[in-house]
Amino acid sequence: MSAETDAGRATILGAIRRHLHRGPLPEDQAAMLRARLAAHPRHLIPARSRLPRAGQVALFIANVEKEFGSVARLPDASAVPAAIADYLAQQNLPSEFVVAPHPELQAIPWAERPLLKLRTGRAEASDLVSLQQGFAAIAETGTLMLPSAPERPTTVNLLADTALVLLRASRIVGAYEEAWDLLRAERIDAMTGGFMPRNVMLVTGPSRSADIEQTLELGAHGPRRLHILLLDDDEEARAAPDAAAPGISAP
Amino acid sequence: MLSTSPAFKENARKAINDAGLQKALARTKPQFHGKRAKAVAGLPEFERLRDIGRDIKNHTLAHLDFYLETWAANVERAGGQVHWCASADDARAAVLGICERVGARTVTKGKSMISEELGINEHLEQHGITPVETDLGEYILQLRHEPPSHIIGPAFHLNREDWEESFRRAHTDLPADRVFHERRDILTEARAKLRARFLAADVGITGANFLIAETGSSVIVTNEGNGDLTQTLPRVHIVLASLEKMVPTLEDATNMLRLLARSATGQDFSVYTTFSTGVRREGDLDGPEEYHVVLLDNGRSAMLGTEFQDMLRCIRCAACMNHCPVYNVVGGHAYGSVYPGPMGAVLTPTLIGVDQAGNLPNASTFCGRCESVCPVKIPLPKMMRHWREREFERHLTPATVRTNLALWGFVARRPGLYRLVTRIGAGALGWLGRRRGRLSRLPFAGGWTAGRDLPAPEGDTFFARYAREQRGKGGRA
Repeated sequence: MSAETDAGRATILGAIRRHLHRGPLPEDQAAMLRARLAAHPRHLIPARSRLPRAGQVALFIANVEKEFGSVARLPDASAVPAAIADYLAQQNLPSEFVVAPHPELQAIPWAERPLLKLRTGRAEASDLVSLQQGFAAIAETGTLMLPSAPERPTTVNLLADTALVLLRASRIVGAYEEAWDLLRAERIDAMTGGFMPRNVMLVTGPSRSADIEQTLELGAHGPRRLHILLLDDDEEARAAPDAAAPGISAP
Repeated sequence: MLSTSPAFKENARKAINDAGLQKALARTKPQFHGKRAKAVAGLPEFERLRDIGRDIKNHTLAHLDFYLETWAANVERAGGQVHWCASADDARAAVLGICERVGARTVTKGKSMISEELGINEHLEQHGITPVETDLGEYILQLRHEPPSHIIGPAFHLNREDWEESFRRAHTDLPADRVFHERRDILTEARAKLRARFLAADVGITGANFLIAETGSSVIVTNEGNGDLTQTLPRVHIVLASLEKMVPTLEDATNMLRLLARSATGQDFSVYTTFSTGVRREGDLDGPEEYHVVLLDNGRSAMLGTEFQDMLRCIRCAACMNHCPVYNVVGGHAYGSVYPGPMGAVLTPTLIGVDQAGNLPNASTFCGRCESVCPVKIPLPKMMRHWREREFERHLTPATVRTNLALWGFVARRPGLYRLVTRIGAGALGWLGRRRGRLSRLPFAGGWTAGRDLPAPEGDTFFARYAREQRGKGGRA
């Protein structure tokens, strides 16, 4: 840290304390604030996502579609190659794509569809289609949680014109807070000892802009299409009728 | 940005006669209002979330030193660096220092109001570094050398023909006779132009909607994805953040995020809400190798402990300006400041002084709509009134206003005289407007009656009517 920064730090903290009419916080108060950080209490969670499993999955799908994304429900991973081939053909896209180096994606029986051309790694600007692995998803607003990792590069979320995401239905939660809990429980960051990776993207639908005359256009700088391949690995959720989300009206 | 706030009245007059701006305002106003209303109606808990949002921000501001230190330690643990900048000069120097050290030639930029406040683009250009705005709205404003007219829809004041004209003028490598059939064609051209810029940039600069003490993260919220490309592709990521962006935990940030998009664009959630925490980790295939946060004070700490402290709760959603009857008529440029509308009318005098920005807190009807839609319940009209008081105390108010206020004060302090004067006034106006029930001309109020009629009083004052009704009630009781 430079001397300027040290001086700036002292100036700013000093000004804050002077205007709050106090010195540094006494130890008992600081301890209370540290306890609040450690407990990170939840606030009010909207009731809309408090549903049985099947309802949460249906709510997620309805919200993705409301935000101009699409969802294909698949029985298991072996159905993925055919589903991707069909989707790309339907959209008139080449059957070439970049795949994130995630074990779950690598384990897919790609050989069954020899016409699909895959490259594994991070995305480049020339990639038209990409396939990412979804860490979790939030039914409340139809949002994907995509934390960065060696096996889940951020560029795969962003650079291709068409973004495909493989998501297990068992990873759909109701509210954002539940997704944070998954991240807290399942990830350890080697650099900080905490749980936050370098980057966590919450993605809700494809990229868009309304900057030109407040008229919505899809595909601004990120993907124009967001297509989610949803694996029905959740017994309870499987009962969900395809588009019967309570409390959501069609756009 | 050079402030033209002292010329607000002249600016406003021009804005009202600007046909292009009025066309844009007519198109935009129903969207500003309708989208938020629909999103809020879709979330029954919204009012309670607003109270919680206010309380989270109040708690954070009361312990801001603690949370800043905690946050900074966590940024450093994640390989990042915090640059504590008390003034705009310090912040400009910090940004330039980083860019020069890494030998940057071009810098891509996500949308940031702090960048506007600092004038980062001009500063970099003066030192031979090319800044490239990547938010679509900010991009065209950069081509047109205009400041933003709205804090989240910076180019809402432009019409489609402005976009086409600017793109033809700037993108001279493309065929001059190309046709933009749809808005989509304009977007596609910008996407292609900016894609090359994203890939070539040495440094990416973004703003921050929130800083999170618990994790040392900065958060950006976008719909285009430009902010994410800006902070993912270059080797160096610089975050510009003012110190009031702090919240303690992810759960606190989550509550604020439930308020932000609904209040801003009427979306339930923005397309990309991204949490950045430090540098590229071992084994990562992408992401920046350097992560810097330029933490700006620039007069904000001096608002703590004053009647303006509540303003530091602001999350920059723009709901106040979207619902402001003054903003809806004059647009953003008339304010002549980085931050327009009601939030700007409160914040700008702290940044550039009430002597420069005194017109802004006066450009309000005090109708209270700004406060009624504010996601963190900032009492904006009350704070504009505080600025008017300070302006008056410092004798900055024009002489005619002072004389009239003194006259009114003289009468108002004498209840008998006040009743007499108002009775005569109401009677006279009622008599003048007895036929049509309204007055189309009035001495000393030509400015007001030029655009609309004054409803004529019905011949009675409030006091007289109130007294009569009390007597009536008393009789029954």
